Amino acid sequence: MARGASPLIPKPEGLYCPSGDFFIDPVRPVDRALITHGHADHARAGHGAVMATRQTLDIMAIRYGADFTATRQEAGGETRVGDATVSFHPAGHVLGSAQISVKAAGQRVTVSGDYARVPNASCAAWEPVPCDIFVTEATFGLPVFRHPDPQTEMAKLLESVRAFPERAHLIGAYSLGKAQRVIMLLREAGWDAPIFIHGALQKLCDYHLAEGIPLGDLRPATTDKMKKAEFAGQIIIAPPSAFEATWAQRFPDPVIAFASGWMSVRARARQRGVELPLVISDHVDWPDLTRTITELDPAETWVTHGREDAVIRWCELQGRAAIPLHLAGYEDEAE
Amino acid sequence: MREFAHLLERLAFTPQRNGKLRLLGRYFGATPDPERGLALAALTGDLKLRAVTSSMLRGLATARVDDQLFAASYDFVGDLAETIALIWPEPETPPNDPDLPLPMLVEELRSTGKAGLPALIASRLDALNPSERYAYLKLATGGLRVGVSARLARAALAEYGELPLTEIEEIWHGLTPPYLELFQWAEGGEKPVSAALAPFRPVMLSTATDLDALQSLDPADFAAEWKWDGIRVQAVSDQGTRRLYSRTGEDIGGAFPDLLDRLDFDGVIDGELLVRRGDLVGSFGDLQQRLNRKTVSKKLLASHPAGLRAYDLLLWGGRDLRQMPFESRRARLEAAIEGLDDRRIDASPLLPFDTWEDLAALRADPPDTVIEGIMLKRRDSAYLAGRIRGPWFKWKRDPMVIDAVLMYAQRGHGKRSGYYSDFTFGVWDGDELVPVGKAYFGFTDEELKDLDRFVRNNTVDRFGPVRAVAQKKVVEVAFEGLNRSARHKSGVAMRFPRISRIRDDKPAGEADRIETLRDMLPPELA
Repeated sequence: MARGASPLIPKPEGLYCPSGDFFIDPVRPVDRALITHGHADHARAGHGAVMATRQTLDIMAIRYGADFTATRQEAGGETRVGDATVSFHPAGHVLGSAQISVKAAGQRVTVSGDYARVPNASCAAWEPVPCDIFVTEATFGLPVFRHPDPQTEMAKLLESVRAFPERAHLIGAYSLGKAQRVIMLLREAGWDAPIFIHGALQKLCDYHLAEGIPLGDLRPATTDKMKKAEFAGQIIIAPPSAFEATWAQRFPDPVIAFASGWMSVRARARQRGVELPLVISDHVDWPDLTRTITELDPAETWVTHGREDAVIRWCELQGRAAIPLHLAGYEDEAE
Repeated sequence: MREFAHLLERLAFTPQRNGKLRLLGRYFGATPDPERGLALAALTGDLKLRAVTSSMLRGLATARVDDQLFAASYDFVGDLAETIALIWPEPETPPNDPDLPLPMLVEELRSTGKAGLPALIASRLDALNPSERYAYLKLATGGLRVGVSARLARAALAEYGELPLTEIEEIWHGLTPPYLELFQWAEGGEKPVSAALAPFRPVMLSTATDLDALQSLDPADFAAEWKWDGIRVQAVSDQGTRRLYSRTGEDIGGAFPDLLDRLDFDGVIDGELLVRRGDLVGSFGDLQQRLNRKTVSKKLLASHPAGLRAYDLLLWGGRDLRQMPFESRRARLEAAIEGLDDRRIDASPLLPFDTWEDLAALRADPPDTVIEGIMLKRRDSAYLAGRIRGPWFKWKRDPMVIDAVLMYAQRGHGKRSGYYSDFTFGVWDGDELVPVGKAYFGFTDEELKDLDRFVRNNTVDRFGPVRAVAQKKVVEVAFEGLNRSARHKSGVAMRFPRISRIRDDKPAGEADRIETLRDMLPPELA
């Protein structure tokens, strides 16, 4: 591939489009950024101009303040940016998440951002976007990752709540996406009782409610109105970092649960001191990742953040052209 | 199989001992014979399906998954059984009767020849779900390592059946999986009779004492001897069958063939397993070299010969002596040892004393570094199972202490969740701190709150769940002994370290130095 004719080029700031003079999900401040979704390692404050879905723009404003960028543009339909044409398509990852399609230098590129193909009641479903070059994440890019049906994980949780009525159940879940996903899964599983949430989740949960995601009765877990013993038998959702804070000391003998795709690996769960691992992921697992490449059938697959080597190896075995991008700055812990 | 898989899953994520006991008890209650007995055997390491090797399993997996993808996965997961359980390709059509009975799976693994095993295991993996595949592979390879010791599994059975653990341990080695008679006993039936030769007898244990507590007792009622710092064992020889048991009834004889060879008698001796070089006694570190080995090299047998220092005689020449007073047993012990005439088996000498102060003086200046205190035994005491307060006391030497600086902290589990309760501490090596140990007990609840607050307010770095703290909090660490260790950067390893005091009065610069710790090593290791 001749670099001069390339529609996108990996740079230290992120993936760069020379025809449109913009970066996708840059990890440092740049003049013009296109953002796939609101997670902190993809959406950073301080760019000159940001184009993203309306929901992602809203989420960035909630997280960073209204002045997170000098100018902003809501994505909608096909849009010219310099000599490139871009469009945004649902990625099924978190509320507002999008894949970005870039037409430049005579090629169609789909940058998946983070994506998932299992139904997620807290956001729009992933759609296939035909392309010549598919840029895929590889967070769970090893054949050991096959995420179970999330409702079997919910059944585990509710069984534990029944088995330990004297204890509180504390679920670690990241504040954007995973927390709301877990709440929706609990509602689908028939848990109608109030769910208690850590203060750090409040604004984003309010935003999901305002966007029509029926999260149900949510109450603050950080309150002086409830005694320790009153949290027995309750479900509390908090960002994992809260478990390290004295905050966790307010609950009766808590069962520590953690909702993450990493929880299928015992050592990962044990390192975190998790008693009840819940394998719930907002990323494609290995079967979905490889199936997506097969279905899209791009001429080239570019692999970024995660277990790139394994996905490259798989492409090699399939006789598919693939290259690793080696982009730095994306975390896979925050899943 | 489904229930067993579920049990392993829950055990893996239940750090608390009581939680594990409850899970196991519930499983024993809800599971029929012979499945529960086979599960118990799997946990105690008595299932012994030796034909399945890890290279066979790896071969099965790499026949289905690309080598490189398998290697990358194994590298990430870190456990072979778990990697295979997760990576095993799901069959096109899901199996229709997925809950395969555990007894059938065990039986076919046992009866299938080595050549047929790979095909058998593969067909079973095809029929199981990931969590069952994990349990099945753990079962097949024998090395469960699921956070439950053999003793804990037996303790769970004792609790389930409200049976004395010591009595279970006494008959354990005469019983075989699936332990039908044991479960019958636990559910109100007759106690099983062990027909095996050389069974384990429950060991008599002591309680702690000190000079103040001793004042109300008459020294004339007690015999005293050194408490040796080896491993308490029971050496049994019964019509040609010889066994060496730990005090919890584990058969550890396999690692000590040189001592088994010398058990040329018919009886049961209670004593201390030690490394013996002529009249010299090796340190606990020397003894550790000999532990947990499947085979012992000639070189090690020559450099670290095992011996027995006898404390008591339970049976001799077919006669049970346990109801006799200690004094009578002791006289028989001395005669028996003399009759053996073996330099590697001797009686622990009795200490002459008239007053507790005499004994305190002896305790303060023991003649050997491999002595960790004094044992006191009522002259009229029978040999009784378990830890009973009154007949036997241990009066341990004072622990060694150093002042160390907190370096890292990690959060605890269960009731300690949310508290930083696991600490790594270090001492000065030049102008740098070098970690020398970890402790998660010894402090009071109040001190825990103080330590927790310190960690939160003084975190300087984070590595996953571990926090590095500012190097300014001094704690007094008490420990029972010191070994050389190649695994620790400091070159030394502590036994039973605990935080005995918080030394906020002491600036970090005045904490101890590594040289001080090295000076505390036993002379042969220094």
